[in-house]
Amino acid sequence: MAVVPTSLKAKGGHADRAFTILAAASAALVLVVLSLIAVTMTRRAWDALDLMGLDFFTSDRWAPPDQFFGAAAFIFGSLLSAAIAILIAVPVSVGIALFVTQVAPRWLRKPVVYITDLLAVVPSVVFGLWGVLVFSGTIKGFYGWLHDTFGGLPLVGHVFGPSSASGRAFTTAGVILAVMIIPIVTSLSREVIDTVPPADREAAWALGATRWEMIRGSVLPYSTGGLVGAVMLGLGRAMGETIAVALVIGSNAQITANILASGDSMPAVIANQWGEADDIQKSALIGLAVTLFLITLGVNLAANAIVQRTIRRNQGLS
Amino acid sequence: MLVLAACGSDSNNSSDSTSAPAASEAPSSAAPSSETPATSAEPATTEAAGEDLANLQATLDASGATFPQAFYEEQIAAFKDDAPGVTINYGGGGSGKGRQDLADQVTDWAGSDGVVKPEDVAKFKGGEFLYFPTVLAPITLSYNLPDVESLQLTPTTVAKIFERQITNWNDPAIAADNPDATLPDQAITVAVRADGSGTTENFTKFLDAAVGAGGDGTWTLKSGSTVEWPADVQAGQGNSGVAQIVSSTPGAIGYVDLSDAKAADLQTASVQNKAGKFVAPTLEATSAAAANIEVKPDLTFFTGWADGDESYPIAAQTWIIVYKNQTDKATGEAVKAWINYVLTAGQDAAADIDYAALPDSLREKAVAQLDQLVIPSS
Repeated sequence: MAVVPTSLKAKGGHADRAFTILAAASAALVLVVLSLIAVTMTRRAWDALDLMGLDFFTSDRWAPPDQFFGAAAFIFGSLLSAAIAILIAVPVSVGIALFVTQVAPRWLRKPVVYITDLLAVVPSVVFGLWGVLVFSGTIKGFYGWLHDTFGGLPLVGHVFGPSSASGRAFTTAGVILAVMIIPIVTSLSREVIDTVPPADREAAWALGATRWEMIRGSVLPYSTGGLVGAVMLGLGRAMGETIAVALVIGSNAQITANILASGDSMPAVIANQWGEADDIQKSALIGLAVTLFLITLGVNLAANAIVQRTIRRNQGLS
Repeated sequence: MLVLAACGSDSNNSSDSTSAPAASEAPSSAAPSSETPATSAEPATTEAAGEDLANLQATLDASGATFPQAFYEEQIAAFKDDAPGVTINYGGGGSGKGRQDLADQVTDWAGSDGVVKPEDVAKFKGGEFLYFPTVLAPITLSYNLPDVESLQLTPTTVAKIFERQITNWNDPAIAADNPDATLPDQAITVAVRADGSGTTENFTKFLDAAVGAGGDGTWTLKSGSTVEWPADVQAGQGNSGVAQIVSSTPGAIGYVDLSDAKAADLQTASVQNKAGKFVAPTLEATSAAAANIEVKPDLTFFTGWADGDESYPIAAQTWIIVYKNQTDKATGEAVKAWINYVLTAGQDAAADIDYAALPDSLREKAVAQLDQLVIPSS
């Protein structure tokens, strides 16, 4: 029996070293792949970026026959549709998470979690087709009502301008995206809220807090950082979503305050125009991809920073 | 067809090919007004080729235009009956992808609705290539006005509608085109393609030729697979996506190929042609247009805005592009047999699935061009 531990130890030493190298290599590989993607993509986008200069980022005019490629309208569309999605998805997701963890009776929790997670299994093209065949036709009437009701008000009126005739619009894309990111935001929020120490909650109960006061006083402050992280992750996903958005956003390169008008997003226009694009247009589309890459990178870095800061602050408080 | 028989059995014996039966039977001068073009000499040729087709062994990979995809898929299935040893995979993906794949020698042939740009010719790694026109189809102006049974539009009106200068169906310009119709006071919704498309390219080429740079300058958006539409047009994916917008939106108008317009049960407008006549989008009117156009020596052409009283002015055409110098005997022979099949038996079947056959004059030129393919003898 004395032999066994030594042989195990010897093996363990080799295995440990191999594991360390393998793990480090995997970590490095991700960085290498990411930077290679960035470099090759930028090189392939260079023709268009060189042709357009700064106009590529500032102009909202996209006219392939004139070889003029401005990405601003697509950047705007990506940000606006993702923002609408977040605006809808976050309250719903956090609501579901709070319901499941704090409010629902034990027997109801599993089914609710299961059904929310089920949303994540639906392929995005299915959401897209449903959006274009059913939802956009149905919501058109609601857009008309929004415009009739709020369109006359100062300032707000611009936001609720005339509705897109087919119902394909920034808001339609936003709603579809919201449905798509609700599962991930919900499940992350749920996990974050689950980590709230029972002692904190019980302390609130002990002080005679109502359920809402307990949530506001104990649960939310403790989980803010994690919730922001979950939201940012959802945002990243919403901005990168391609096919569902391509189907429902309406494919119009325009910058407008009217959220009921049709627009276009970066991934959607890449998917739509790649097949028939000539060389310079392809280069411009790759330029869009690089831009999208940089923006999502920025969003994720910002999310990380916010999460870290909140965690530090929470630790300082406790 | 005999060309094919010759090369399948004995590549030296090509003297038979000079007396291709199609040429002797088809009255090429009468082709322009022919109601059912390209029906000549099929039984003889397919039979003659039958045995040799059976001996062909090859797999042909291809990609490209989606407009003729349904046609090619039907023909590929039918060709398989005659040549069971030949497998053809047509991947679609768009004309641009088809040309790119052929340029990179990833595929054996490309389907393309447009011609290769001069600056891209050098990118074709296999050298010189040939265009074989295969089928045509009218692009309809489909509209959704249940109470307007027939609608006539001049190119100028079409241009103004798609540029959003005319935004209501009761506009005097539309009324002037349709003296007998009662036009409703209804806003026009314009439906266009969201994706880059040969249909957009052919539609805008027609407008550019009729009333754009080639005409009075009404149309200013030029032509291309993607153009800079006004902000308030509605965009759908593919012909079926545009058809869906038109069918679900009262007052909508969009450009849709004939088979999708029929599938969606849409109303289609008659469009004024170069001769000043209003012509409905039919397969016959499209073949008639193709018979009246100027075909370049390399068999490239644009079917839109053709001369002739019977010609429908908006049409798509498509080509199979192959390298002139084939590098493999089996593949080369299969390519030749396949293109020959599309140009002969395939033409008869085209109308069944809403594609217009080539006029005889053009078809003969294409068949004759098959002789230019250089196939290695081993």
